[in-house]
Amino acid sequence: MVTIEGLNMEQLTPVQQAFVDTGGTQCGFCTVGFIMSLSGYCLSAGSATLEEGISAIDGNICRCTGYKSIERATGIIVSKLSRKDDKHPIDWLIREGFIPGYFAGIPERLIALQVASQNPNGRADRLPKVGGGTDVYVQRPDDLVTSDIHPFFDLTDLKSIFLDKNICYVGAGATATDLLESDVFNSMFPNLRKHLKLISSTQIRNMGTIAGNLVNASPIGDLTAFFLALNATLTINKPTGEVRKLPLKEFYLAYRKVDLKENEAVEMLEFHLPDENTFFNFEKVSKRTYLDIASVNTAIRLAVINDNIEVIDVSAGGVFATPLYLEKTCAFLKGKQLSSESVSAAAEILDSEISPISDIRGSKEYKRLLLRQLFFAHFIELFPQKNLKWRRLYEKY
Amino acid sequence: MKNIDSKGHVRGESIYLDDIPVQIGTLHGEIFDAPCAHGKIKNVDYSQAEQFPGVVRIITFKDIPGENQIGGIIPDEPLFAEDEVHFWGMPVALIIATSEFIARQAKKLIKIDIEELDCIVDPKEAREKGSLIFPPRTFKIGDVDSVWEACEHVFEGEADSEGQEHLYIETQGAYAFQMENGNIRIASSTQGPTAVQRTAARVLGVGMHKIEVDVTRLGGGFGGKEDQATSWAVMAALGAHLLKRPVKIVLHRMDDMCMTGKRHPYRSDFKIGLSKDFKIKAYQVTFHQNAGAAADLSPAVMERTLFHATNSYHIPNVTATAYSCKTHLPPNTAFRGFGGPQGMFVIESAIAKAAHELGIDASRIQERNLLKDGDELPYGQVMEHALARKTWATAHKKFQLEAKRTDIADFNQKNKYIKKGLAIQPVCFGISFTNTSMNNARALVHIYSDGSVGVSTGAVEMGQGVNTKMLQVAANAFSIAPEKVKLETTNTTRVANTSPSAASATADLNGKALQIACDKLLTRLKETAANMVGAEVSSIELQDEQVYCNNKPAGIKWEKLIQTAFLERVCLTENGHYATPVIHFDKTKEKGHPFAYHVYGTAILVVTVDCIRGIYTFDSVEIVHDFGKSMNETIDLGQIEGGLVQGMGWMTMEELKYNSNGKLLSNALSTYKIPDIYSVPKEIKVEALETEGHEMAIRKSKAVGEPPLMYGLGAYFAIQNAVKAFNPNYQPKYHAPFTPEKVLLGLYEKVNVSVSGI
Repeated sequence: MVTIEGLNMEQLTPVQQAFVDTGGTQCGFCTVGFIMSLSGYCLSAGSATLEEGISAIDGNICRCTGYKSIERATGIIVSKLSRKDDKHPIDWLIREGFIPGYFAGIPERLIALQVASQNPNGRADRLPKVGGGTDVYVQRPDDLVTSDIHPFFDLTDLKSIFLDKNICYVGAGATATDLLESDVFNSMFPNLRKHLKLISSTQIRNMGTIAGNLVNASPIGDLTAFFLALNATLTINKPTGEVRKLPLKEFYLAYRKVDLKENEAVEMLEFHLPDENTFFNFEKVSKRTYLDIASVNTAIRLAVINDNIEVIDVSAGGVFATPLYLEKTCAFLKGKQLSSESVSAAAEILDSEISPISDIRGSKEYKRLLLRQLFFAHFIELFPQKNLKWRRLYEKY
Repeated sequence: MKNIDSKGHVRGESIYLDDIPVQIGTLHGEIFDAPCAHGKIKNVDYSQAEQFPGVVRIITFKDIPGENQIGGIIPDEPLFAEDEVHFWGMPVALIIATSEFIARQAKKLIKIDIEELDCIVDPKEAREKGSLIFPPRTFKIGDVDSVWEACEHVFEGEADSEGQEHLYIETQGAYAFQMENGNIRIASSTQGPTAVQRTAARVLGVGMHKIEVDVTRLGGGFGGKEDQATSWAVMAALGAHLLKRPVKIVLHRMDDMCMTGKRHPYRSDFKIGLSKDFKIKAYQVTFHQNAGAAADLSPAVMERTLFHATNSYHIPNVTATAYSCKTHLPPNTAFRGFGGPQGMFVIESAIAKAAHELGIDASRIQERNLLKDGDELPYGQVMEHALARKTWATAHKKFQLEAKRTDIADFNQKNKYIKKGLAIQPVCFGISFTNTSMNNARALVHIYSDGSVGVSTGAVEMGQGVNTKMLQVAANAFSIAPEKVKLETTNTTRVANTSPSAASATADLNGKALQIACDKLLTRLKETAANMVGAEVSSIELQDEQVYCNNKPAGIKWEKLIQTAFLERVCLTENGHYATPVIHFDKTKEKGHPFAYHVYGTAILVVTVDCIRGIYTFDSVEIVHDFGKSMNETIDLGQIEGGLVQGMGWMTMEELKYNSNGKLLSNALSTYKIPDIYSVPKEIKVEALETEGHEMAIRKSKAVGEPPLMYGLGAYFAIQNAVKAFNPNYQPKYHAPFTPEKVLLGLYEKVNVSVSGI
């Protein structure tokens, strides 16, 4: 881990200088986080863009500046990075004063660290397992200080994402960032970047694991909604060494209660690959569009052939005690013609399947209306050419 | 000149409270607080917690040697609850342990038996039940009652605004040390070092001279550390005093959010009367301020609400009444704008309502009524150098308002699911503490014998860049390089009896005091120089670190001059005292001239609403702002951008929710959302109004801290206009913030017939 002390040199780095020049610091308390995030971005591969530069710092909150000066600083850095030597980026960054010279030796030091700290049998022990801990550490900070835990977010064999025949397998330790960087996922989900951007922040996407999101059993888990609509199946590792398989939609028993016995662990999830007739969409609305927990989220997968709905899976979060697979809504639409009438009728069934409660993320009336809207949004997003027909959806209300 | 602190900030080397090296033997304090909003304490069992290894002592009100009282304006707030608790999170005891972690563990072992009593969270309910902090006040000009009949249009309504959490990134904290002879030194993250000193002395039962308060800088304040930094500092001092060991307290975020007061929620009723040509003839408003469980700064905040009840508008007949309602929320407190934004929200709502009913754009009413020189405000101050019309006209022209309107109408015509809304937000904000006696400051300047300079003032640096501005004043006064000047910490032993850094007036007050100190030194140095060259004092100037005689270099460098003065035993230390002239206010008549000057501006805000999902993004905010003659454009621009975004946050996503039992539900960053980098307007343009500046502003550079926050009010009305464009049946409501929930419910309110555009 490199902290600001590990970045400081006699001269300010270009990132530090840019923040000074644009007035990107006011009270200064958040500044170091921005400096580290943006400096980290400088190390990443590929050509820099302002959008990605902003994305790299988006998990940092500033209460003073209104961010505009920070955007300007990021712009300065991105333009400097356009001269980056792609063949020898680290050398270039060292030469230009972005990072101290010792960075050149970091890859070797990392390898040495891995060898020293490897725990081949880590998963077999009986300690509570913590993935990225991005939620658990927020909720129970004191407990985790005193507890022995087994962190497994970085076990590489749990991070693999691969295809076998027409099934996609995702290791339990994969993060949202792993999905985002996976060619497999990008080829299956053309809007992946847009969808995952709605999920937490860059830092959390780097840390939080998919299994953590699923097992956490929040009724509003974003990746839960995502994989529910893919009708994914879990592979659960029993303490005996055997495995069992369970459809994700059967995993949630009650509020925050999952079908997972003591010492069982989710190892992997799998889902059938979409084909050229399959469409996927993810929708989420929260008080703050980014870096927030959803008021309501929903995902949809549907295969449409000749305007006929052959396959449909719809999930919804924030409208029930558990993450919800909309069984009746899907059953109703399956085999129906894709039309505003059928979608409109389905919305009424959807309404009967949910029982939202009023809480800090919205009133139950709002969540009901919002889910209906997001349900329509799926179709508006996926079939924009049917534009005019949707007019009738709204007239119904 | 860049912010002098920024280099330390980007290197992580700036010192905040929690960066002060911890002395050996330091103990850590953790607050045990009330688990309900209103109740009688029957028993508290500390026995288990006291026995927890590492716990040194648990301090309650019984251990206080002086008074158990921290109320600044009204003595109505105990440091620790005695037999009753009045808000959820009210401190009951201080657990002192060898580590913060141990203190937190011990806290869980304390058992409290409380008989819960009825709890009030709504200010109107409090008023009905006669629960007021102090009697209501009324500002009045003309006679509204005699005018209503003559008005062509009269509208009535309600306008409510919710609270706002400061969310300074550095939470509250203090570190107290026992010095010799029973003296205490407190390092505190406070905007008001003197308030900490005064209150600590009161609670400890000692003279103020026994208490020294030192502040290096704050990681954000925004008003939240004006009065509410005091409790923790006093608790730390109490611990140090009783145990003779250093005691440090730093609040965890969730404790900070639960225990501290916020921007006051207001519920208000208005009545507005207009002539045929939209001149506002009469305005009547009743404010219900939700003060929380104790006065804190509520009387002053309420006063400013009354001062700004008519924002930038001239209204000849006004009756504005305000009630400070006592509820069972944490005592609400200062927050950038200090009651002004709440008052302005109501007049803007009244105008928006009138415009909606009349089927016209609100800007027609706004523009028609803008202040001009000679207009009298309800509190008696007559406008001079009024720039309301000039900022409006400049914004109109510079940002091509007409073209913008056409584009938006066109866009809304063409787009079914997306609508744009525009609002114009003029702002007029008075500069000075409304409590006249607080408008004074002092500065202490040492010129060291090598020519370097140390400056102490009462100003607290909290990100607003006041240290940089002070340094500019000193360096400019002596005409020396900025590197020769050091800004010292804010310390009560060097500069005493200070007003808090607040009211946007810190740079003006402390800067003027500093200027006075520097001028006095300069006079003496010129005498020394005159002797050295054998010339008249009047022919001497100091420029670029050397002496000029009759506009020619005299061959004497600054260092040489100082050395000579030193050897000649000239006093190289000076104290400057400044008290704002002209201002006065008579509370018995509610009339006077409370403000040194006003700051003006006009913002144009454009929002895009996604009418399927009920979410929105701001395309642009374009502002013409009256900086006067800005003495530091980078810092001032940062204040405008930051203030605007903070105001927009208050009007849009920042939603404080208490349940009916007075428990804060939005008690963490996961549930209370402040703007992130994506939620700010895509474009913020800030144009400086061309003006001569104001003599009563430091170097003619007008105060800039609070005024821009109120540009954010326009966010509410821009969103509302977009919702109206989608849903003609929408009935406007005036209840900020305009969250995505309210947007979606508004978009589909009463939509049982065909929806235009879809």
